[in-house]
Amino acid sequence: MKEYTNKGNKDTRSGFGAGLLEAGKMNPDVVALCADLTGSVKMDAFAAEFPDRFFQCGIAEADMVGAAAGLSLSGKIPYIGSFAGFVTGRVYDQVRQVVAYSGTNVKICASHAGITLGEDGATHQIMEDIGLMKMLPGMVVINPCDYNQTKAAAIAAAGHVGPVYLRFGRPSVPNFTDENARFEIGKAIMLNEGTDVTVIATGHLVWEAVQAVQSLEKEGISVELINIHTIKPLDSDAVISSARKTGAVVCAEEHLIAGGLGESVASLLARTNPVPMEFVAVDDKFGQSGTPAELMKAYGLDSEHIINAVKKAISRK
Amino acid sequence: MSDQFTLEQIASQVRRDIIRMVAGAQSGHPGGSLSSTDFVTALFFRVMKHSPKHWSRDGKGNDMFFLSAGHMSPLFYSVLARSGYFDVKELAEFRKFGSRLQGHPSVEHHLPGVYVASGSLGQGLSVAAGAALGKRLDKDERFVYVLVGDGESEEGQIWEAAMFAVRHKLNRLIAITDWNGQQIDGTVDSVIALGDLESKWNAFGWKTFVCDGHDMNAILSVFDKAHAYSETGDKPVMILMKTVMGKGVDFMEGTHKWHGKAPSKEQEQQALSQLQETLGDY
Repeated sequence: MKEYTNKGNKDTRSGFGAGLLEAGKMNPDVVALCADLTGSVKMDAFAAEFPDRFFQCGIAEADMVGAAAGLSLSGKIPYIGSFAGFVTGRVYDQVRQVVAYSGTNVKICASHAGITLGEDGATHQIMEDIGLMKMLPGMVVINPCDYNQTKAAAIAAAGHVGPVYLRFGRPSVPNFTDENARFEIGKAIMLNEGTDVTVIATGHLVWEAVQAVQSLEKEGISVELINIHTIKPLDSDAVISSARKTGAVVCAEEHLIAGGLGESVASLLARTNPVPMEFVAVDDKFGQSGTPAELMKAYGLDSEHIINAVKKAISRK
Repeated sequence: MSDQFTLEQIASQVRRDIIRMVAGAQSGHPGGSLSSTDFVTALFFRVMKHSPKHWSRDGKGNDMFFLSAGHMSPLFYSVLARSGYFDVKELAEFRKFGSRLQGHPSVEHHLPGVYVASGSLGQGLSVAAGAALGKRLDKDERFVYVLVGDGESEEGQIWEAAMFAVRHKLNRLIAITDWNGQQIDGTVDSVIALGDLESKWNAFGWKTFVCDGHDMNAILSVFDKAHAYSETGDKPVMILMKTVMGKGVDFMEGTHKWHGKAPSKEQEQQALSQLQETLGDY
């Protein structure tokens, strides 16, 4: 497969922070709001550079969603930041009424998503957020895979008119995508062409998938690897054409099976080109405290589980 | 229009519209709409600087009005139509399939005058605070008004927004509470008492006024005071309007039972007989 090099571990939340700062420099309408997690969500550089365009909301996420919707009316592009659970499930009705249904140009920026939040435990490890957000009509849902891609996604969000949910994480993970790669919302990225099976991965699972593909190739299995950073709108053409070519699909994500990328892919393929599918995701469980690496392994979210899922999917062809 | 007719005459027509819309749809919320009619009429026909014929969702250069208590949509739609945002004939479409006049205000149907959807309670004060921040960034000196219900103030988000507006010194945000003391399940005191609202808003750091919400002179005077305060003060303003649920229709007055109930044909006629037709029914 094409060689992918880890240019050094970095957290995706810092990619978001860098992208937000860049978006702020490029566009004076970009403003930011945070609910007492400015450092954790990496909005501090923006707040320092643009103090008049940064608004502290305190621990009041519902109010932050509403204030952002109000700010957007005059043409501002508000980015709101908190932990993923607190800007989705906690404020679902607010996001639904004044962002999604009202079509306001709010960018919901969700850090510490998934189980890799780690030691804080299940209260903070939301794995339902992709499902919650993708159910809202008109909501764009993005889950980038590394620092560079998250930075690019944060910049691209300002260029999309309408609600965006941008999900990223806390741990330092390999930074391997090209820092100059063009980020196009809704466009899948082909990481490796193959013929036996398609692996579709998003977020932190993309690097795990890269490792899995390298290992599988040594066993003579040809894997097509697709990085989906935009779960909604899904790049249907990329998914359907790859499924037609390989005849088996594995989806990998740091989320519950319910509501995740895998379900979106399954729904699409059920209607167009059904093939055997396997899901590398969490099956109807809450997380728990532990290191990110421990939890990824224990909850079946690593390259080893992708390898097993690939073999199972191929055996069902 | 306000030059030809007194605010009381306009309010009487608005109340007729409310009754006819709710009766026509056989659903909707007359109680709070009628209690808020006088001061909302004053806002739309005297107090606010706005451009009904050239309305734009960015609100630039105009005062903006947000209805947080979205169930008062019959009142909202009536004052919008009567002040020129759209043809009054469209009021007949209230709550009908395919109508721009959704049960609760929506922007999806592009009804002029509606900035965001409301109906799920407690959210409008936050949105209005955000809009006021936007005006400050734009150096736009106009005001942002928002109407919340007293029952609605049981929502925690109202108090989140209360702290946010003070933190950011939103002195051109003028909130109004329809203090009618009634909500769906009974009196506010019997459901979850709010206590002394004036002390509460003062304690949260707002400049607070209390006003008789059915005395037009008092209403105009309190808005003058609010504007005068905003010239030098740095607090957001809350006007607590003491009102009567269902005001203007004797059998609807002072009871929670008409919060969200449509009158029968007979009750509609009985109600309309108490409300003078001044501007012509739609």
